[in-house]
Amino acid sequence: MVELIADDLGPRTILRGAAGGTLLHGVVLPSEPCRAAVAGGFAALWLGPDEFLLLGRAVGVGDFALIDVSDRTLGFRLSGPDAAGLLAGGVALDLALAAFPVGMCTRTMFEKAEIVLWRRGADDWHIEVARSFAPYLGAMLAAIAGDAI
Amino acid sequence: MTKFRLAAGGRIARSQTLHFRFDGRPYTGHPGDTLASALLANGVHLMGRSFKYHRPRGPIAMGAEEPNALVAVGGGARHTPNLRATAVELYDGLVASSQNRFPSLAFDLGAAAGLAAPLLGVGFYYKTFIGPGRAWHRLYEPAIRRAAGLGTVPDAPDPDSYTQRYAHCEVLVVGAGAAGLAAALAASETNQRVFLVDEQPVFGGGLLAEADATIDGAPAAAWMDAAVATLAARANVTMLPRTTAFGYFTQHYVGLAERLTDHRAGPQTGARERLWKLRAGRVVLATGAIERPLVFAGNDRPGIMLAGAARSLLHRWAVRPGSRVVVAGADDAMYAAARDLRRAGVTIAAVADLRGGADCETFGLPLRPASAIVGSIGRLRVAAADLRAPGGSIDRVPCDLVLMAGGWTPALHLFSQARGRLAFDPARAMYLPGDGPAGLVSAGACRGLAGIAACVEDGYAAGDGRQLRVRVLGDIPPAGGFEGLVPGSSARKAFVDFQNDVQARDISQAVSEGFRAIEHIKRYTTNGMATDQGKTSNINALAIAAQALARTMPEVGLTSFRMPYTPVTFGSFAGHARGDLFDPVRQTPMHGWAQARGAVFEDVGQWKRAHHFPQPGEREADAVARECRAVRERAGLFDASTLGKIEVVGPDAALFLERIYTNSWVKLAPGRCRYGLMLNEAGFVMDDGVVGRIAPDRFHVTTTTSGAAAVLHQMEDFLQTEFTDLRCWLTSVTEQWAVIAVQGPLARDIVAPLTEGVDFAAFPHMSLAECRVAGVKARLFRVSFTGECGFEINVPAGHGAAVWEAVWQRGAALGLEPYGTEAMHVLRAEKGYIVVGQDTDGTVTPDDLGLSWAIGKAKPDFVGKRSLIRPDMLRADRPQLVGLRPLEPAAALEDGAQIVAMANPPVGTGALGHVTSAYRSAALGGFIAMGLLQGGRARIGEIVHVPMPGGSVAVRVTRPIFYDPEGVRLDG
Repeated sequence: MVELIADDLGPRTILRGAAGGTLLHGVVLPSEPCRAAVAGGFAALWLGPDEFLLLGRAVGVGDFALIDVSDRTLGFRLSGPDAAGLLAGGVALDLALAAFPVGMCTRTMFEKAEIVLWRRGADDWHIEVARSFAPYLGAMLAAIAGDAI
Repeated sequence: MTKFRLAAGGRIARSQTLHFRFDGRPYTGHPGDTLASALLANGVHLMGRSFKYHRPRGPIAMGAEEPNALVAVGGGARHTPNLRATAVELYDGLVASSQNRFPSLAFDLGAAAGLAAPLLGVGFYYKTFIGPGRAWHRLYEPAIRRAAGLGTVPDAPDPDSYTQRYAHCEVLVVGAGAAGLAAALAASETNQRVFLVDEQPVFGGGLLAEADATIDGAPAAAWMDAAVATLAARANVTMLPRTTAFGYFTQHYVGLAERLTDHRAGPQTGARERLWKLRAGRVVLATGAIERPLVFAGNDRPGIMLAGAARSLLHRWAVRPGSRVVVAGADDAMYAAARDLRRAGVTIAAVADLRGGADCETFGLPLRPASAIVGSIGRLRVAAADLRAPGGSIDRVPCDLVLMAGGWTPALHLFSQARGRLAFDPARAMYLPGDGPAGLVSAGACRGLAGIAACVEDGYAAGDGRQLRVRVLGDIPPAGGFEGLVPGSSARKAFVDFQNDVQARDISQAVSEGFRAIEHIKRYTTNGMATDQGKTSNINALAIAAQALARTMPEVGLTSFRMPYTPVTFGSFAGHARGDLFDPVRQTPMHGWAQARGAVFEDVGQWKRAHHFPQPGEREADAVARECRAVRERAGLFDASTLGKIEVVGPDAALFLERIYTNSWVKLAPGRCRYGLMLNEAGFVMDDGVVGRIAPDRFHVTTTTSGAAAVLHQMEDFLQTEFTDLRCWLTSVTEQWAVIAVQGPLARDIVAPLTEGVDFAAFPHMSLAECRVAGVKARLFRVSFTGECGFEINVPAGHGAAVWEAVWQRGAALGLEPYGTEAMHVLRAEKGYIVVGQDTDGTVTPDDLGLSWAIGKAKPDFVGKRSLIRPDMLRADRPQLVGLRPLEPAAALEDGAQIVAMANPPVGTGALGHVTSAYRSAALGGFIAMGLLQGGRARIGEIVHVPMPGGSVAVRVTRPIFYDPEGVRLDG
């Protein structure tokens, strides 16, 4: 049982030049690689040593480089007990809870589409995918779901 | 009850009868049968014809190593050739046919090739098909293709679907025999994830062929069933039957091919196969050993099989493979087989042991010590075996079954694929696993251990290091073995590689013809090169070659083990990546509008781009000409969204661009744009595009559509490794912005009324502004790729379609027309604007393109600068970009055509260059072209020639600009 729905978490902003530990909108930017920090309707996803993807309104966040990428990707929520199994049809990473715990996020590939994958709950995933790759991702997920044991 | 089915025993479901057909004849079997076991239960041994000599063949083995019994299963698009009957599970309604025979299996005209065997000797193809190269295509290849090949391939597309899945585990155990089951049991006691895979539909491996042995007091079968039940109850264990570990890649990445539906009757649902891409923390290989045939004259007759195969038939399938048997060989396994056959009612005619005697109990069998099997007779089934007594006398023993016990070869395929080193054990003439990568262990028979006790104990140890002892009674562990040609046998028709029909004499002959290296001998004789990859033949071939070369086996070497272990379908590798999902199809936000408008699309990388917009009944050339005219006379609307875009941000952004691009950026004022040229380190043009300065610390870089990823990569590479002193960051914004280009003399009249926040009176060519267009926050660029006054409206992609529609609504009344990529190309070529990748080929410098003006000569450095002063880069006769105009204006030119000095140069004359872009230009009344011509700029005004399929076209060399050379239209 898996459900895939469009899930736009608000404006998207790439933040560069800030280090983990910085306080931003009540959120401390994660210092640990591949982790997301959340407060209210705002999330900061660690994508690189000085690169964060901010989801939610991010205005006046200080003297950092901000790049508006609100329209670059589309967001999806994939949820259900079989969600990790479905993702394993196209993601090479180990998605077991121990290896990819709740709160982990990463840039990775789903087959030929680059995605940002964020585990928001044991069976609850958020996916950001470049706009033009979204139909491919959706069709591939549907095809794999059709094969489910 | 079929004639050769035993009354009791076996792992078959006797209550259910399955009906199937082989070569048109109906037979029955039971669930649990393979096609081979069911046919043998019906007394059918003849299952195929050999590849080269069309000799009648039956199965020699009962597993994946079977070389002979290749069959085709199914009809129509699901027809699958070259399946081993020993690995095809029986289902109700199965239809199978033999291969490589005409007109029938029992009467085969092609067997006449057998009579001509001396002519078809080793190296036949190499020696016979020597001649002029053309003969290959006309004569040899078609002839070989007709004569050769196994089975036929269906014409229709594969109707099945295939799926793939990544997986991870701490321990992978390959093979579920005694060692594999024990390893999985031990490894899975803690909570780590364990995968246990086996190519067979049931777990148990060699234990499935064991009737007498007990393990810790329980029958081997009961121990096996208990082990499987224990594993199945553990949530941390994934058990995959019907799954072949076919390839071992770096760091314990293993390819598993799982067959999901082939064993089922009736309409198929779901995927046919699943390809597992498994990453294991560590791997236990428990792949077992493969029994070796004996090489003797006539060793390939139906009814001659391996001793282990007979035991499998008896105990797993309750099939009696014959009525009167001769058992021959040099391994104790033969005594277990003879004992079990006798108990099943088979008459034991003789047990011929090449050795002086057995190491094990011989059960009062009719033993003939130091005797060799040296021949057989029979047509479609063996009728007698020739046994050679120690004194040399030959005794012809009537029989309908011959068992061969040549010893066991450890299955090292995966170990070797994992880059494990093989170690030769001279005492047993056996290759064993030597040093392997950390985290990989071999357990049981695949590392040369013999007997159930040793394998179980080794499995436990491999699973988690525990030292457990098990008490096994009644087992006859393999001991002994023989490799090479049986002493006293002729080497003629003594087959080593059954599938490729390689005889012992072929290998000796290859050696006598001068071949020394085993890899050469393999290719010359084709031994081990069939679909079974020599699983049963390699060691015998090696021994024969070693003897012929008077060297030891390790001196002769061993051929490589390559993946896949057994054939894997193309469908598995493709997975869902076929049809619409073969590759992502990327569409711009305005795709729907263009589609509704009847656009014809072209593929540019993964993007779909509108190529032209034909009106009803309009030809492509007319549509392109009309679109060009609209741009030149009024205005055109173009979707440039696919252009690569990179936002460069940070206090050192200008300095970074200064080092990446050839020209100067520091002084570019915010709100202004500049053409940027990017070189690779070799000094050749890599990409170009317009770069705009949004703010002192922020640039909007555009790249070519196809170069976007490579440009970002090069920039990021330099930023991270060379320019670590710079504080600036790169972000791809290609998909953030939809780009709507409006080009033409009326462009400003269309764009200005929609725009808020721009003073168009002070917005010259190469300006940019952040503003609103049609109410949407936009970056407006005043740029041109047509030579006309032009704008590129960048709006967030989610608003692309709406803003496009607003521009269209505004412009349509003024004569605005959409244009596609072909018109874009014509328009840019008229202006001599290059396209990187079309007018350049990776060996072109800025000066070759006439772009020296874009080189910041005063700059201390930029990527590629040093290379530009190499002597070769300064040669006067380098290919240089020029314009080309046919003297006869309507004469057509083509991209890629050669440029030569004479109209009809003699064959062998070198070209002076080639055409890079050629278009029919309505504005110029004929063809225009650009090309790279040796010393081209010095040739301006000269006549050169372009050979075309319809004859040579004389062209005049011009400057590479054809339309509005002064550029006055840009200011519109």
